[in-house]
Amino acid sequence: MLAQVATFAIDGVDPRPVWVEVDIRSGLPTFTIVGLGDTAVRESRDRVRAAILNSGFAFPQSRVTANLAPAFLRKAGPGFDAALALAVLAASGQVPAAALVRYAVYGELSLSGELRDSPGALAVAEGTRRAGLERLIVPRERAREAALVEGVAIVAVASLREAADVLTGRESPRLPPLPPETAVAVQAEPDLSDVRGHELPLLALQIAAAGGHNLLLEGAPGTGKTMLARRLPSILPALTRAQAIEVTRIHSVAGVHAGGLISARPFRAPHHTISAAGLVGGGTPPRPGEASLADHGVLFLDELSEFQRASLDALRQPLEDGHVMIVRGQRVLEFPTRFMLVAASNPCPCGFAGVDDRCSCSEIDLRRHRRRLSGPLLDRMDLLVTVERPHEHELRATPLTSSAKARELVLAARQRQERRLADAGAGCNGEMDSRLARRHIRLDRAAELALGIAYDRNALSARGRHRVLRVARTIADLDGRDRVSAADVMMAVSLRQRDQAEGAMAA
Amino acid sequence: MSDEAAEQPAAPQGACDSCLRRSWLVARLGAQFDFARRRGRDLPLIFDLPDGRLIAAIAGGTRSVVEREYEEFDPATAAARCCVAGVETLCRCDAGYPRRLVAAPGCPAVLHIVGGRDRFVALAAADAVAIVGARRGSAYGLEMARLLARGLAGAGLTVVSGMALGIDSAAHAGTLEVEGATVAVLPVGAERPYPASKRALYRRIVDSGVAVSELPPGSDSRRWAFPARNRIIAGLSAMTVVIEAGERSGSLITAAVAEDLGRQLGAVPGRVTSRLSAGTNELLARGARVVRDAGDVLDAIFGVGMRAVPTSPTGRGAVGVELRELLDAVGGGRDTLGALIRSGRPLELTLTQLAELEVCGHVRREAGGRYVVRV
Repeated sequence: MLAQVATFAIDGVDPRPVWVEVDIRSGLPTFTIVGLGDTAVRESRDRVRAAILNSGFAFPQSRVTANLAPAFLRKAGPGFDAALALAVLAASGQVPAAALVRYAVYGELSLSGELRDSPGALAVAEGTRRAGLERLIVPRERAREAALVEGVAIVAVASLREAADVLTGRESPRLPPLPPETAVAVQAEPDLSDVRGHELPLLALQIAAAGGHNLLLEGAPGTGKTMLARRLPSILPALTRAQAIEVTRIHSVAGVHAGGLISARPFRAPHHTISAAGLVGGGTPPRPGEASLADHGVLFLDELSEFQRASLDALRQPLEDGHVMIVRGQRVLEFPTRFMLVAASNPCPCGFAGVDDRCSCSEIDLRRHRRRLSGPLLDRMDLLVTVERPHEHELRATPLTSSAKARELVLAARQRQERRLADAGAGCNGEMDSRLARRHIRLDRAAELALGIAYDRNALSARGRHRVLRVARTIADLDGRDRVSAADVMMAVSLRQRDQAEGAMAA
Repeated sequence: MSDEAAEQPAAPQGACDSCLRRSWLVARLGAQFDFARRRGRDLPLIFDLPDGRLIAAIAGGTRSVVEREYEEFDPATAAARCCVAGVETLCRCDAGYPRRLVAAPGCPAVLHIVGGRDRFVALAAADAVAIVGARRGSAYGLEMARLLARGLAGAGLTVVSGMALGIDSAAHAGTLEVEGATVAVLPVGAERPYPASKRALYRRIVDSGVAVSELPPGSDSRRWAFPARNRIIAGLSAMTVVIEAGERSGSLITAAVAEDLGRQLGAVPGRVTSRLSAGTNELLARGARVVRDAGDVLDAIFGVGMRAVPTSPTGRGAVGVELRELLDAVGGGRDTLGALIRSGRPLELTLTQLAELEVCGHVRREAGGRYVVRV
């Protein structure tokens, strides 16, 4: 007797169809699984046997062979349990094999026969739709998440028994318990109205949010760098549905999220001891890293100079390309990484450079610190602002803005950009390459002059010029102007990082 | 001595044997100098002792060994070693030996020179000013060091310093900016950039100026070599200017030597509340000349109004009224954006104007977002 059921392997964050075939023939009772599975798949044998028996079915006393096809694809994790069990039941005639054809099955089994929570259901549901299957059986915890994919009927079950009942038609497929749109309640995000003083950093946050620019906050310990960065998501535009589904899929695959659509922009703040693989993704099987978890959101690196050089260097490709490629064996996996990078750093090892005489760092310390920060990553920071300790009277004053107010400005600026870049392949100013920048950034005469002077006097490098242009474009967008003025350009110059080549002083 | 006199025409470019031997001895007794200093001996007095008494005074347990080595010393080997290291020598018997330095007590027997012996003779014969100061100079101090060095080099003076981190290096760098020549006096062999991180600066210095040391090539740094180096800096210079020195700074040793030699001594005033300026303000209180710019130094050396600082060749444009006001505010201590905004300036206008000042080279941004006025 032969039976077949569809399920999915998660390859990176993408679903790959896998057919579970079970063949039962007479012989000594054995149960073998072939098809390049990892340890979790091999152990699935014992889970499946126990689950079938504990659900009140019989495990066939004959030679059982299961194959996970295609055989060349490496399969990892316990997500094949339910499919294996149902295929065994179908092959042994305990559920109708014909009914199984319309279904995809996904989920891990417990020994008692319950379907356990299994990460990645959203990706599986997308695969189901792509494979042209009508129905997907998933663990109940994952129903709302899987239901985000339209065109697939989600069958949420709590146990193998329920799944079998659905197939035999004894109980009609139940719909997910809650409509997906109520989603996860937006958590009370920290608001900009908590901020007192900090006029410059607030402006920089708005510009960064409006143009999708990377931001480096520099300042002495305790001045509020982290506090400011945490409030950035509160002024970013909401995720579009497509973005939200992508974010949910990645978070689901990574196992850091269960149920419902993620509607808030992710904010990831990995600790500085993180490895390169942890940051951009990797491991066996490859899992998305923090950069992918921050997709469409904010990746915040606190104490930038403490991160390992290797980890920071690994961020270069994701920053540039918006995705990261991980090569494993003969396969290339792609993880999306369109995040805004926000970093915080002390200006020197002791943290007090610029604050009168409290800095006790020598020239060597400073240079070492700068070297740790410098290089290609720093080059990709569009904005560098110093966060100063607010004055006492500023702490007592009313807040300068609120997230709602700032967000309105950001949204208006983003709309202008979307209109301008409608079919250019970039979503915001920060994503423009130099070709797009040339086409879409109009300077008035004075601005051209100002930029020319800044460039001629060696205040800007070629790359710096490009970055200044994009930031200036965002400043004009925030102000609602079509042309970039000289003041915009000069402001962008002021918000840029200091030149690394400090000429004679660096000697 | 009679042999040397006969040999001199044959080897006009080297130090005489007895000076080479003395120089070797000083380096050989390196560890003992540190020891003597720790026991409170006065270095200048020790340096004045003739060879035999010097060994007797400080060699201690190694005396017999040093005496034997002293007898066996071969000047030709020492000269060859210098030659291999690319170091030229100039001894105090030579007519080219800097006159100002001869006057200093305990002046080094031999000066080891990288960058050209004749060039050094010419540079040392010109009017020279020492600019010294703290290793951990503030942005203000570094900027002042560069400003002074630029002005003085522009007026044709030689800038002498020690190539240490901070003020010293800024002085050398300022000189090089206006293509002036500068003398770096090192506490190790002159062939070796010290500190090593100043390699690039060292190369630029010896391109147009010289690096000098009293120690033969291959000598390592010793504690005593730093104050000893300072006496050479002061001795070479008609005036010593201290920019930022703490209360126990080595720059104060340079200042003391200059004072003892009856040379001019100047200091750049700093904030009373700053630890970095404690030493310089103390010098000023005791009667050192106030140095605000290169003009003050020229006045001190040549008499008021005798020599003028040539106009700055940097050609930065004039500053408009509004920018001037902002520049004054930055120079007056409101040197961060926060401070400027707190004084009632609008943020966005200030950012724009600061960029203008920065682009035109009037201000520079430092670590910590502090703006420094460039002069």
